[in-house]
Amino acid sequence: MAEAPNTPDEIEVRAKWGNFKFTPENEKLAKWQIAKYPEGRQRSAVMALLDIAQRQVGEETKTQGWLPVPVIEYVADYLNMPYMRVYEVVTFYTMYNRAPVGRFHVQVCGTTPCMLRGSDDVFAACKNKGMAKGKTTPDGLFTLTEIECIGNCTNAPVVQINDDNYEDLDYDIMSRILEDLAEGKTVPAGSQIGRKTSEPEGGPVVLKEMVKSNHDYRNEW
Amino acid sequence: MGFDFLQDKDRIFTNVYGFQSWDLKAAQKRGDWDKTADLIKLGNDKIINEIKESGLRGRGGAGFPTGLKWSFMPKESPDGRPSFLVVNADESEPGSCKDREILRNDPHKLIEGALIAGFAMRARAAYIYIRGEYIMEAKVMEAAVKEAYDAGLIGKNAAKSGYDFDVFIHRGAGAYICGEETAMLESLEGKKGQPRLKPPFPAGAGLYGCPTTVNNVESIAVVPTILRRGATWFSSFGRENNHGTKLFQVSGHVEKPAVFEESMSIPFKDMIEKHCGGITGGWDNLLAVIPGGSSVPLVPAEQIMDAPMDFDGLRDLGSGLGTAAVIVMDKSTDIVRAISRISYFYKHESCGQCTPCREGTGWMWRVMEKMRDGSADIADIDTLYQVTKQVEGHTICAFGDAAAWPIQGLIRHFRPEMEQRIRENAASENRGEEVLEAAE
Repeated sequence: MAEAPNTPDEIEVRAKWGNFKFTPENEKLAKWQIAKYPEGRQRSAVMALLDIAQRQVGEETKTQGWLPVPVIEYVADYLNMPYMRVYEVVTFYTMYNRAPVGRFHVQVCGTTPCMLRGSDDVFAACKNKGMAKGKTTPDGLFTLTEIECIGNCTNAPVVQINDDNYEDLDYDIMSRILEDLAEGKTVPAGSQIGRKTSEPEGGPVVLKEMVKSNHDYRNEW
Repeated sequence: MGFDFLQDKDRIFTNVYGFQSWDLKAAQKRGDWDKTADLIKLGNDKIINEIKESGLRGRGGAGFPTGLKWSFMPKESPDGRPSFLVVNADESEPGSCKDREILRNDPHKLIEGALIAGFAMRARAAYIYIRGEYIMEAKVMEAAVKEAYDAGLIGKNAAKSGYDFDVFIHRGAGAYICGEETAMLESLEGKKGQPRLKPPFPAGAGLYGCPTTVNNVESIAVVPTILRRGATWFSSFGRENNHGTKLFQVSGHVEKPAVFEESMSIPFKDMIEKHCGGITGGWDNLLAVIPGGSSVPLVPAEQIMDAPMDFDGLRDLGSGLGTAAVIVMDKSTDIVRAISRISYFYKHESCGQCTPCREGTGWMWRVMEKMRDGSADIADIDTLYQVTKQVEGHTICAFGDAAAWPIQGLIRHFRPEMEQRIRENAASENRGEEVLEAAE
């Protein structure tokens, strides 16, 4: 909470985002989210709607997106909630950006399991590309954030860049990912050392039948 | 090695590594959604009894008996309030990454489990709360839920059982505390995720003030298999009071970190040898292990070697099984830094509701940083320990305890290391030397 974001000047933000409205597709998504909850409980959808709004801002600005004040007000009106109740939610959860971010939001996990397996090197790779924690590079391409455990610990160290997780990193791999992204290439998400998911490196030691075919173990019960 | 390792045929999560598709057709070929209606026809009480007898204890960390928890739900609603099942997929405990594999590789086990568990506790719907960072996993779950609706497996007359049951996905947005059950309910209601006082317990007044049970993903996803194979099958694994199979997640300094399903009570050493290729640098290089996710105290190498990995075995060592997220640290680890980083995590994630936690987590982290570079006084170690005791047990939820225990474990087992660091730092200051720092 201490890391207050540099929220941009409100007059400019209002000029730019004052007329924010969901696109027709997002309107449909929002209605679908609200319908998940019982009558009169539509505010349960506030987290989903903020996510939709942030993504729409992201599409319009070609970044991961963020939540300008008028957009938060729009969501509050949409759900018939007081603005402050929505703002509370925005500030409480870390995935809502309260300031603009770059094209790629580089979120490096620095919690102990990742630290033990070399997240320092991942940060060093970012630093070497001119990034600083909590800042966006001057070309607007990268924002670096240190995040807390994102639950990929057996594939540590891990970075989440926008919606994709890149796992099993080291200094060189991270440098290559950043270079590829900067050049506009797509980098396949997931393990960067050839693991399928969380099996041991080099292939599973159990459930080997499952690698080749969808084995049914029931006739061995 | 005298331990009977779990055989593939007894693994519940056969697609845990995702080599095969998660979709409905593939899941059905593996045995999911097979005559689900027959399981439901067993009736509420029989299902709850079977789960009680299986010895299944909650897989989210606390290890509360799952069947017993369900039995707290009201049998009928005198005032027309519906009941809810909330599935806790807010997997955020550092070290934990098992639910992720269920969500993205075996989602139908979870949906089928939610239907059966929901029926058993007479719930009208299930909300699956997935942590915000699991973006791809949530997409898979949404798609799997849609498949299940389209196939008539959930919704009206779910799986032709005559029971109406809905399943909804709710995504979080990055707050560790929402894994606490009442914080999760607050978050589901569209508020900040700040835990509620108990009582009232969720089984009395939970989501929207209605009776609610919150269960971990793994606890729910194992239910259909337990019912198909019987309580005695499940309870044949593990020691008394610690039965069943369990998804373990080993991270840190092992040759090959991995997630795998094993029998409960597997000795630590056997587990690491078989599934993870050993400790980096060999067994002599092992320093300490955090056996149950960041909230539990660490255990030094010599104590953990032969310990059975289950609730009671690790409790006897002054630690806990937690989510079975095993963080291994070898002798290259700066152990004070490793725990200090966990303290930073708790400082970052404190919801700010209770003063001892809000203020204490920040204070403990700052003092831990002094311990790390040795600039503290020896007496500060005792002060730090006292403060952890003042945070522990003085907060609404268990977060305060979780923030205090790792530090207590460090002081209990590595106090000489901490003192030495402080003495060395003081000596170098007396000599007027700069502390050496690695060139960047």
